[in-house]
Amino acid sequence: MSAVFEQIFQVGFLAAIIRIATPLAFATLGEMFSERAGVLNLGIEGIMLLSAMTGFTAASLSGSLWLGVLAAVLTGMLMGALHALFTVVLGLSQHVCGIGVTLFSSGLAYFLYRLIFGQQSVPPNIKGFQTLPIPILSDIPVLGPAVFNQFALVYMAILAIPVAAFVLYRTPWGLSVRMVGENPRAADSAGVSVIATRFQAVILGGALMGLAGAFLSMAQFNAFTFGVVSGRGWVAIALVVFGRWDPWRSAGAALLFAFVDALQLRMQASGLGHIPYEAFLMLPFIFTIVAMAVMSRNAVAPSALLKPFRREER
Amino acid sequence: MPAPLIEMRGITKSFGAVKANEAVDLSVAPGEILGLLGENGAGKTTLMNVLFGAYAPDAGEILIQGKPVRITSSADALAAGIGMVHQHFHLAPRLTVLENLLIGIPGKTGRIDRAGGLARLAEIGRQHGLALDPDLPVSALSVGEQQRLEIVKALFRGARLLILDEPTAVLAPSEVDGLFSALRSMAAQGLGIIFISHKLNEVRALTHRCTVLRHGRVAGRVDDPANTTSSAMAQLMCGHEIVPPARGPSAPGVAVLTLEGISTSHHSGTALRDISLVVRAGEILGIAGVSGNGQRALAEVISGVRAPDAGRMTIAGQKVSRFSPREVQALGLGRIPEDRMTTGLVTNLPLADSMVLPRIGTAAFSSKGLLKPDAIRAFAEEQIKAYDIRCPGPMTRAGALSGGNLQKALLARELAFDPKVLVVSQPTRGLDIGAARFIHEKFLDMRTKGCGIVVIGEDLEELLVLCDRIAVMYEGRIVGTLDSADATIARLGLMMTGAEGHS
Repeated sequence: MSAVFEQIFQVGFLAAIIRIATPLAFATLGEMFSERAGVLNLGIEGIMLLSAMTGFTAASLSGSLWLGVLAAVLTGMLMGALHALFTVVLGLSQHVCGIGVTLFSSGLAYFLYRLIFGQQSVPPNIKGFQTLPIPILSDIPVLGPAVFNQFALVYMAILAIPVAAFVLYRTPWGLSVRMVGENPRAADSAGVSVIATRFQAVILGGALMGLAGAFLSMAQFNAFTFGVVSGRGWVAIALVVFGRWDPWRSAGAALLFAFVDALQLRMQASGLGHIPYEAFLMLPFIFTIVAMAVMSRNAVAPSALLKPFRREER
Repeated sequence: MPAPLIEMRGITKSFGAVKANEAVDLSVAPGEILGLLGENGAGKTTLMNVLFGAYAPDAGEILIQGKPVRITSSADALAAGIGMVHQHFHLAPRLTVLENLLIGIPGKTGRIDRAGGLARLAEIGRQHGLALDPDLPVSALSVGEQQRLEIVKALFRGARLLILDEPTAVLAPSEVDGLFSALRSMAAQGLGIIFISHKLNEVRALTHRCTVLRHGRVAGRVDDPANTTSSAMAQLMCGHEIVPPARGPSAPGVAVLTLEGISTSHHSGTALRDISLVVRAGEILGIAGVSGNGQRALAEVISGVRAPDAGRMTIAGQKVSRFSPREVQALGLGRIPEDRMTTGLVTNLPLADSMVLPRIGTAAFSSKGLLKPDAIRAFAEEQIKAYDIRCPGPMTRAGALSGGNLQKALLARELAFDPKVLVVSQPTRGLDIGAARFIHEKFLDMRTKGCGIVVIGEDLEELLVLCDRIAVMYEGRIVGTLDSADATIARLGLMMTGAEGHS
């Protein structure tokens, strides 16, 4: 067992946590913005997949990774707009439309990928993002190489957390988002457009989900496969609840999940070979279920979550 | 008289075939408090929603200080200096007082202007005696404080005209005084106020002038409300004379409901502490108190929804052992819950289904596990006729009925089975004079027939008219019981703040 612990407390392990947490943090923050405005976005899984595909394709065809990121973000925003059109403007069921968006986006991703790249025995790959050490900071022992010798997208994720908290809690727009998620009628009578605010929040959420997809296909795997997202979107939905709809807590939840995930990866590789590896794969999900069961007792969702807003309805 | 602050001319608004407003004229001068009177469905709320931009009028115009304006959204209304305090507050409970104030207000350099908001809040608080703690979440405020916040919110946005839709319906008598003095202070500073109510004594005490609506039209105007009798105003509202129901002398019989030492723990709301009371056949017992002092828990215990932790209860001499709604019902208890829409009936089901729901398992409405749809329908049709419930038919969605008709349906449902005890909460809240009158008469009928009735309410005038005795609740206890002959609003109001009854 001591070998396990030695492996765990390595710089590489910390770095792995940060890397695993990055797409989850983007996705969780994205879902959080949407839900704070009162819109559950179950399209997240498909939006991440489609963004990963468009990002990869754009990068692969243009040779520019940042163009790929842009393509992924725009894809996320577009699909966010689609979800918002159904749920915010037309007031349709958020559950049904979200699942519809996921099915549509996933199908579209597979279809376009086949159309562009054909069926190849070895999936095409790109030279993805390289680590970008930050001078001085990366020389700090342990923390430096783990946190400050990462991909540019990782730094963006780290910055996204305080920015999200600032936007949500300190800006008039953020207050509007929280208000339309709690009591849209109150926001409406205060002269705030509920439809516009929700639309914006869902699109911002989509952009963040796009970043999560971009990270997966352009920094983590450097290729697009059909399993590139493999449930991370669903996990993000759970992490939002676990993080009680707060940016800091949500990011913390992502980090905790990443810790368990990194741990199980290490355990798989640590020679506990007599246990089937699938058992380890389950760990982060078991953790999520247990954490949800414990935490969601006190969690209070935005009051207007799932409720469409129509003005002349009394 | 100064030039009007706001003038509405010839406002007409229809919903389908129904004319909610027809050629309504209304004006408010600076410094004037205008009473807007009318029964439910007379078009008061529609008219104010037109003024506040929620509905577009089909015809007519709105002038502000003599200039015509177009108001198509609440943002327009706010910009025009119109603020509205809705009957159901438009507040986000989990956000703080300050956040609820600052919503929709552009910040300073992209940030929420906290300092500016605090200063403005403090200033408004000082001017009109409307102090509030800025960092408390709204959920921690009392109903009166939430209303204060709504008023502050309007003033915060620079409202020169304030519309209040039945503001006193949710307040205790002492809070009403505070509200009135704040409103008078605002009027003294030149604000115009529209006060919507159907409590005539309040309208007479507060307003300078009244406009009365009936069936969507202006039925009349009262230029000197203080010196106009309530009955004259009621007649304008209803179109005919209203005589308060006469309560004959009581002849109480045997005890039909007794509670001895009933206590509950804190699950939700105020816990009950050692409640004992007796209701006899043929008497009406009122339970007065400021909302949130355990009335809900009491109603729940009596109707078997919640089991007490200690104490015993009997209905018609039989001990209640399990505290289930079915058990107390079988013993002869009928109930009309406080919230018609959530615990009274199922708004998305046909009215007929809601009307038989508590007795759905009885032989009258089902056999061998199958419903008898014809019997259910026939029962509903019979009650609709007997109680003059206005609806297209028994299969109408219950939620589509007006408050008064819903309440009649609930009453019909309970009275059809001759309960020995009837427990009602807020029986006429939100109902107009005609509907309330109907409900009151039914209660008095039942009393004559020997039913024991418990009326839990906040409207003291109503309790004084109806009840033989009135018990007052404060923080989960009964602080005292008065014979209604000895009870006055002042005395009850004092007890409602926790003072003992005999002091």
